[in-house]
Amino acid sequence: MPYTYHTDEDRKAMLGALGLANEAGLFDVIPEKLRLRALLPIEKGKTEPETLRAMGFISRANRPASQLFNYLGGGIYDHTVPSVVKNLSSRPEFATAYTPYQPEASQGTLQVIFEFQTHISRLTRLPVANASMYDGATALAEACLMAAKITRRDVVLVPYALNPRYLRVVRSYVSGQNVEVRTLRESSAGDLDAEALKQELGDRVAAVVVQTPNYFGALERPWEYEKEIHAAGALLVACVDPISLSVLRPPGEYGADIAVGECQPLGNEMSYGGPLVGFMACKQDYIRQMPGRIVSATHDVDGREAFVLVLQTREQHIRREKATSNICTNQGLLATRATIHLSLLGEHGFTELGRVCHERARKLAEKITACDGYTLKYSAPFFREFVIACPTDAESVAEAARREGILAGIPLSRYYGAAARNLLLVAVTEKNQDEDADKYCAALKRAALVKVG
Amino acid sequence: MSGHDFSQTIYGRSRPGRHGYHISSKPAEAPRDIPSEYLRDSIGLPEVSEPQVMRHYIELSNKNHHVDKDLFPLGSCTMKYNPKVNDEVAAMSGFAGLHPEQSDADVQGALKVMHGLERLLAAISGMDAVSVQPAAGAQGEMLGLLLARAYFADRGISRRRVLVPDSAHGTNPATATVVGFQAQTFATGKDGRVDLDILKSVLDDDVAVLMLTNPNTLGLFETHIAEIVEMVHKAGALCYMDGANMNAIMGQTRPGDFGFDMMHYNLHKTFSTPHGGGGPGSGPVACRSHLEPFLPVPRVVETDGTYRLEYNRPKTVGALHSFYGNFGIYLRAYTYIMRLGSDGIRRASSTAVLNANYLAARIADKYPIPYGSRCMHEFVASGESLKKHGVRTLDVAKRLLDFGFYAPTVYFPLTVPEALMVEPTETESRETLDRFADALLEIAREAESSPDTLHQAPTRTPVRRVDETTANRSPVITVPLA
Repeated sequence: MPYTYHTDEDRKAMLGALGLANEAGLFDVIPEKLRLRALLPIEKGKTEPETLRAMGFISRANRPASQLFNYLGGGIYDHTVPSVVKNLSSRPEFATAYTPYQPEASQGTLQVIFEFQTHISRLTRLPVANASMYDGATALAEACLMAAKITRRDVVLVPYALNPRYLRVVRSYVSGQNVEVRTLRESSAGDLDAEALKQELGDRVAAVVVQTPNYFGALERPWEYEKEIHAAGALLVACVDPISLSVLRPPGEYGADIAVGECQPLGNEMSYGGPLVGFMACKQDYIRQMPGRIVSATHDVDGREAFVLVLQTREQHIRREKATSNICTNQGLLATRATIHLSLLGEHGFTELGRVCHERARKLAEKITACDGYTLKYSAPFFREFVIACPTDAESVAEAARREGILAGIPLSRYYGAAARNLLLVAVTEKNQDEDADKYCAALKRAALVKVG
Repeated sequence: MSGHDFSQTIYGRSRPGRHGYHISSKPAEAPRDIPSEYLRDSIGLPEVSEPQVMRHYIELSNKNHHVDKDLFPLGSCTMKYNPKVNDEVAAMSGFAGLHPEQSDADVQGALKVMHGLERLLAAISGMDAVSVQPAAGAQGEMLGLLLARAYFADRGISRRRVLVPDSAHGTNPATATVVGFQAQTFATGKDGRVDLDILKSVLDDDVAVLMLTNPNTLGLFETHIAEIVEMVHKAGALCYMDGANMNAIMGQTRPGDFGFDMMHYNLHKTFSTPHGGGGPGSGPVACRSHLEPFLPVPRVVETDGTYRLEYNRPKTVGALHSFYGNFGIYLRAYTYIMRLGSDGIRRASSTAVLNANYLAARIADKYPIPYGSRCMHEFVASGESLKKHGVRTLDVAKRLLDFGFYAPTVYFPLTVPEALMVEPTETESRETLDRFADALLEIAREAESSPDTLHQAPTRTPVRRVDETTANRSPVITVPLA
């Protein structure tokens, strides 16, 4: 049978050492009436070749975006995963290690986390970063709870253009803590309406969440209202796409107190949206309120440089019901991939990545707006994702393009109902070549002619 | 002040102007149409070559202990061998290349796996419905308590307290607080199990949920489990099972048969998915039908062999993940269950229990096991008898690293002094168990004859004992920007 390896002789000898005649005796402590006599009602085991064949069949029932012309984004982006990242992260030394509780035998994992923290700190220009969160959505939810604890207030303001999937998670997370989530309206340019924000500020507001680029791809200007937020005693929580930080102003430079985001685009597969990996960074003052694991540099008794988990007294296994969060296992291996990815691309390659994504997005947007009936919905600047207004409903445009092997974008009616019927959210990465844009536009033109019915 | 030069980090290897990787064959322009107020100057990332990156991270990887190297006996962590075929399946382009916003028509295989895994986990637990969405065990607990809150709210009942025994993992009380309940810890009985009288004394109509790990963290099966669940139900509360230790009982008995209302699994423990140095995990929740309406969205629904994601669930607690949870982990667990099958599952748990008992019997003379001689998949030994030689459990743990093993979980549960919590798992051979037992016995001899060897340990690891005090007092958590 797979994955147990005792010979009959070993098994007998081991049972004998325990004074047992058979394995059933091992379970004598379980009351007789609760013990299963029959096998579970599932299939018998398969060999490895049989399993690979069966899973191969199932995998071919999918049509992976990575093999199509893919313009889907909305938080998950189809970037090239460098071979180095795949190779290194598949090493069992990283993949089959546990959380680094014994630092002497876990320096590899600990130093990787330390380098991850440093990379994130450089991207965000905030001094403190943790070892990772489950995903961008839970990182944002935890940031809201953290802000509520720091300020002892109970309202969180979020923009209308916050990723709707993040909003759903934030609502579920804060529901137990009696924190209220209020949505701010957007301006007609697609970014946050600063006047509406200023009116909503008050002495119950713990945090203002600004997502930039926001769900519609539009860039926000938090520096224009950061002072008002802080003057009202609230924290500024920035939710950012790390790829955008290759070229855009970092949260630490415009006064953000906490920054969170999703590191899937940094060397991780889309994998149908999971596993993902969130990050969280914050100002020095809030390090003890931050959830998740943190690694510090230190020395060993011989004076060698070493790394170790610190501030565990914040964590659930020490602090139990008084912990900052219940998070335990997080997303180590994906954070490892993000670390290697950023190290490999480095200053030059990462900047280049951001510039290429933007350049190709800009060119595609130009071509789309040259198509009859298609326009850009918003005037605010964008990085690599934008909303187009279609001449007909976006769901049928996307469906017509899908049949041609083009994933044209996310129809916003999925999240914003009938008012967003004609809107399509389009994302571009370095994988989308300039020459694909013609194919894309041709598909849009044909789709516009399809009768809605 | 910190005394670190960080020359051994990737930043220490950086040379300005060195380019490790190119995205574009021609130089990329700075964004033309984004106003400069939105833009940054430099980032501060290192500049290294591709071979440097390889060598740097290979060197780091060599500083890790991992289960593919040798035994990893961490109690309650189920560090079993991670079959490589699981990773091969997860990397198939038909799975890894899926975008979560793709149309259901293009992801039928993925939905089939999610639906199939939910059915398998329901069968193994003896429950009615499963959500695979939680990203880890602690998030599974969170979902469990959110379900309980929604369940009582739906009935117009207000209950504020969650009961956890003192042997529970720290996530249980932490989760209770996060979800807005008050955690109440109660003492376990003299035999290390829940004492019915003590439980009775803390049960009343303000209790919402009892959270219980079974087998518990001492590796003991709660023999009175049926009575415990009945008492809790009579008081109008729900029973949650922390399934961290399912590896002991899968295929032998089912939490649904004990009467539990809900439980979570750890796919990264019981179902062999790699720990990754601290994740990704996956913490599916199984529940009985009265809690199903509250499960998070989306649900995977099957009609005549066609699968779709459904969001229209008026009583749902919402969502705990951006998308559908850790899909790449579902693939590995699904593959693993396919390999094991009903017969292999039963053999896995019985072998895990056999290995733990065999190991316990081999070392019990030197490391007494306060709570009985017969355990399930793990046992908690005490290093207290070594204290007379001036040696603590921490020293034993560090010395084990010199023998090439990882250390067991130490100082947990809190109910055993100088605790060593050992879980060998079913994938270890008798030879490995013997080698580990021999090492522990040798260490006990060293404690008598040369305790300083233990105090000095480890000496054969990449670094020796580290200064945690200074690191906690003034943490240095990044390479400072020059």
